[in-house]
Amino acid sequence: MKTSILATGLSCIALAAAAETPVLTVLTYDSFVTEWGPGPAVEAAFEADCGCDLRFVGASDGAALLARVQLEGASGTADVVLGLDTSLTAQAAATGLFAPHGMTSPTLPVAFDDPLFLPFDWGWFAFVHDKAKLPDPPKSFEELAASDVKIVIQDPRSSTPGLGLLMWVKAAYGARAGEIWTGLADNIVTVTPGWSEAYGLFLEGEADMVLSYTTSPAYHLIAEQDDSKAAAAFAEGHYLQVEVAGKLAGSQQPELADRFLAFMLTEPFQSVIPTTNWMYPAVTPAAGLPEGFESLRPEISLLMSSEEAMTVRAEALAEWQAALAR
Amino acid sequence: MLRFDRVVLAQEEFRLSVDWELPAGARVAVIGPSGAGKSTLLAAVAGFFAPQSGRVLWQGADLGPLDPGARPVTILFQDQNLFPHLTLAQNLGLGLRPDLRLSAAQRTQIDTVLERVGLGGMGARKPAQLSGGQIGRASLARALLRARPVLLLDEPFAALGPALKAEMLALVAEVADETGALVMMVTHDPADAKAFAALTVLVADGLAHAPAPTEALFANPPPALRAYLG
Amino acid sequence: MASRIGALIPALLAGALALFVLAPVLAVAARATGFALGPADWAAVRFTAAQAFVSALVSVTLAVPVARALARRSFAGRGALITLMGAPFLLPTIVAVLALVAVFGRAGVVNQGLGLFGMGPISVYGAHGVVLAHVFLNLPLAVRMLLQGWQAIPSERFRLAESLGFGPAQMARHLEWPMLRSVAPGAFLVIFVICLTSFAVALTLGGGPGATTVELAIFQAVRFEFNLGRAALLAAVQFALCAVVAVLGWLLVTPAAFGAGLGRQALLRPPGGWRRGGDALAIGLAAAFLLLPLGAVVLRGLPGLDELPAHVWAAAGRSVLVALTSTAVTVAAALVLALAVARGGRGAGAIDAAAALPLATSGLVLGVGLFLMVQPFVSPARLALPVTVAVNAALTLPFVYRLLLPEARVLLSDYGRLADSLGLRGWARLRWLVLPRLARPLGFGAGLAAALSMGDLGVIALFATEQSATLPLVVQRLMGAYRLEAAAGAALLLVGVSFALFWVFDYGGRRYAAV
Repeated sequence: MKTSILATGLSCIALAAAAETPVLTVLTYDSFVTEWGPGPAVEAAFEADCGCDLRFVGASDGAALLARVQLEGASGTADVVLGLDTSLTAQAAATGLFAPHGMTSPTLPVAFDDPLFLPFDWGWFAFVHDKAKLPDPPKSFEELAASDVKIVIQDPRSSTPGLGLLMWVKAAYGARAGEIWTGLADNIVTVTPGWSEAYGLFLEGEADMVLSYTTSPAYHLIAEQDDSKAAAAFAEGHYLQVEVAGKLAGSQQPELADRFLAFMLTEPFQSVIPTTNWMYPAVTPAAGLPEGFESLRPEISLLMSSEEAMTVRAEALAEWQAALAR
Repeated sequence: MLRFDRVVLAQEEFRLSVDWELPAGARVAVIGPSGAGKSTLLAAVAGFFAPQSGRVLWQGADLGPLDPGARPVTILFQDQNLFPHLTLAQNLGLGLRPDLRLSAAQRTQIDTVLERVGLGGMGARKPAQLSGGQIGRASLARALLRARPVLLLDEPFAALGPALKAEMLALVAEVADETGALVMMVTHDPADAKAFAALTVLVADGLAHAPAPTEALFANPPPALRAYLG
Repeated sequence: MASRIGALIPALLAGALALFVLAPVLAVAARATGFALGPADWAAVRFTAAQAFVSALVSVTLAVPVARALARRSFAGRGALITLMGAPFLLPTIVAVLALVAVFGRAGVVNQGLGLFGMGPISVYGAHGVVLAHVFLNLPLAVRMLLQGWQAIPSERFRLAESLGFGPAQMARHLEWPMLRSVAPGAFLVIFVICLTSFAVALTLGGGPGATTVELAIFQAVRFEFNLGRAALLAAVQFALCAVVAVLGWLLVTPAAFGAGLGRQALLRPPGGWRRGGDALAIGLAAAFLLLPLGAVVLRGLPGLDELPAHVWAAAGRSVLVALTSTAVTVAAALVLALAVARGGRGAGAIDAAAALPLATSGLVLGVGLFLMVQPFVSPARLALPVTVAVNAALTLPFVYRLLLPEARVLLSDYGRLADSLGLRGWARLRWLVLPRLARPLGFGAGLAAALSMGDLGVIALFATEQSATLPLVVQRLMGAYRLEAAAGAALLLVGVSFALFWVFDYGGRRYAAV
């Protein structure tokens, strides 16, 4: 009780002091901000030479982030939005709330260039499994559909990986996507609202495989010294998730926002990404990538342009619903 | 003087007309068949039942706008006259100050009154530890403390045996003497009326008859009373 | 004059509550660009109603033998068992879901047991999984409500029945069946409404898009399509659905009490013979069904307890503060409303309806609407905790109110006139009459409100920053960062704190009432 009163008092003082130093507000997803995420290191490094106060505001994930930007509209207080992915950028661009960044995109496994959004990290979606329990995982969606391997996936309507999977199947199979989903229906144990529920169920042993990222096994290897997990390579190729940041047109601190976007592609930011966000940094750090990041590098990377993603989304979702609703 | 000025008490099928007055300090029995409206008549005085028309006046002032607690009235119900979660002293204290912020003098007053009604030293007890007669006496003790000019008894002693009841009526008479209160007492028993009240009101057939001298009334009962007495 | 203003307070409070619940829907609707519902939305409405109906039916049906057995048997630890069996109702849904999976999932205890006998695994995912989870969460509520019904049968009636030589069958027919007919429909309706607004359970255990509830459809309308018109319309449909149920309930049944004060010993003379075994079986099965998953929460959580990051404790402190504040608000408001409705008179019906309104609310639309309403004036992040307090207070109010109402009625009919005639009013009336007489339901209600407020995270997600995260949000975030062990530890902490709060209030109420 006493400490909370103290904390309130302190935050009042902090607010008063902050009136003098410029504040840069960055809207991002929760896991970026947490103490085990990239947030603290990024904040310390940026504040060290910007003469400003960097504040993160968290939303639950990428999709919530976009909804939040739309809810706030032009009167929002954020300067930068960090953490949208390419399934969402066309929709985000259509709001008219973002301003061009005027920078050159770093080189990714596929060509990427967007005047409004700058990538800061990326990863491949993949099905993760336990090597001991499933020594011989399926090597494609078709093999998976033909097998009796059980998977748990995320709902594309509420989760970014879920939407990524929808795009993955669509990008790989086009008109045959509905058929693939029908084949997969009996492999799907359940569809969860978000990544964490799905991953939790997988670790509980509820499914043989879970939709996640090729870098997930690296987490277990590095953070838990556990090398039992692996990501299965699919012959169709793997869909890319490219995470981007953009500057809001209504920003009160446009110079600071530009400076932050530039900082985003430098070593202090990029070097913390692999072991905090567990994604590939957009610019490979000088020290190279940590152990486990090289174990699965898909030969084929799939990525629809954001316009394409937005156009096929409704149709892909309808196919998905029709196949799984039974 | 308690005056019923063309009062009509009504609820659904029920209807009761009252239009007469009682002198201050009178002792009045209210008698009549069940369901005729004896309790309703008392409730109208106490402020629990608003008349459909007419006014109830005390010493010329309309009681209508007053809340039950603000009326010059103490009422004893058939049961639940004491709060079971409060001690006897607290229950009595409510009669002096509803917020129970009692002065030392008031505490002494409570002890004295308890002594008076034969409950000396029981102030710390809860009602559950008392007998029916003791509860009756405690309720009367509170009436004594409140000393309001009108005392309404809605059959508070109905569950007591004849000897205890007689004892209670004697205590009521004592309280009434001391406070000079007008007493209206609902009863089923002509003997109670005769023993206690100089005046009797007969409530029957939608009418509260004007008060009549008790002796004369029972000596020569009108048809409605005769029907009730059987 | 003062009393006239006093009489206005409940009406104003009810009005404010209705406004708080309905204005956000309008705020969302005001931002809409069009209103239309597709066939998928109507499918969601049908599924929602169907699963709620089955969940409520199964919960109440199963509760009958359990409540009956508890009502007529006395054994060591009976009181503790009744309290513990109430725990699932207080579980945050995400914890409950994982706990159920640990028992009924593919790799769960039940399937491992079946495997020993060579029987194939049963799946917990699908519509039946949703029902299973809802029964798990709501059976405790149903048992408490029915048990209350049993204990409310006057002891004179049992004595009369015994003096007439009734056997168990006649007892059932003449005493228990009439009681059930008046109490069970109320229990059914409450659980039905609770299941109508279910979200996370249906989503995780539903197995796929076929198990889409209205609340989930709202979530998707906001998140996936940013279609606020559809979200507002779905919220309105949800309100309408609950309103239909509420009106039906009004017409058909008397609302059941929620089961405060279950300390009383069994009154029924327990029948012997096979019925003894039947009762033992009912209690044993229910206890296993409700307690095994709880055990799983404890077992999963223990290893994570010592790797809890420091900020988890700060979040726990924040959650307790939020829970206590919203409990104070909700108990005070529910008491004012219950006393006003018990007193009756004009407007009592409207106040009663307003007090039930939050049950029908979509938490998400409430959050989005509030966000839209405050955002033009002040940064939502600065209001995270006040908004959470307000929302928790509003969402738990119907439960506390329903608990208090019957007791307030009894209080008023027993002692209302006496208090009035003594001029007992205002603070003195509260201090000397209401608080001591209603201590039990107030303690139970406060415990319920505090525990439910601990677990709720529906709305805060939109407002919270790292500095204002509550414990459930931290559990969610730990899970989102591969930290499942720490998340399980934090979940155990959450459950422990919720339960401790509940126990302290409930015990305090009983203690105070007993004096």
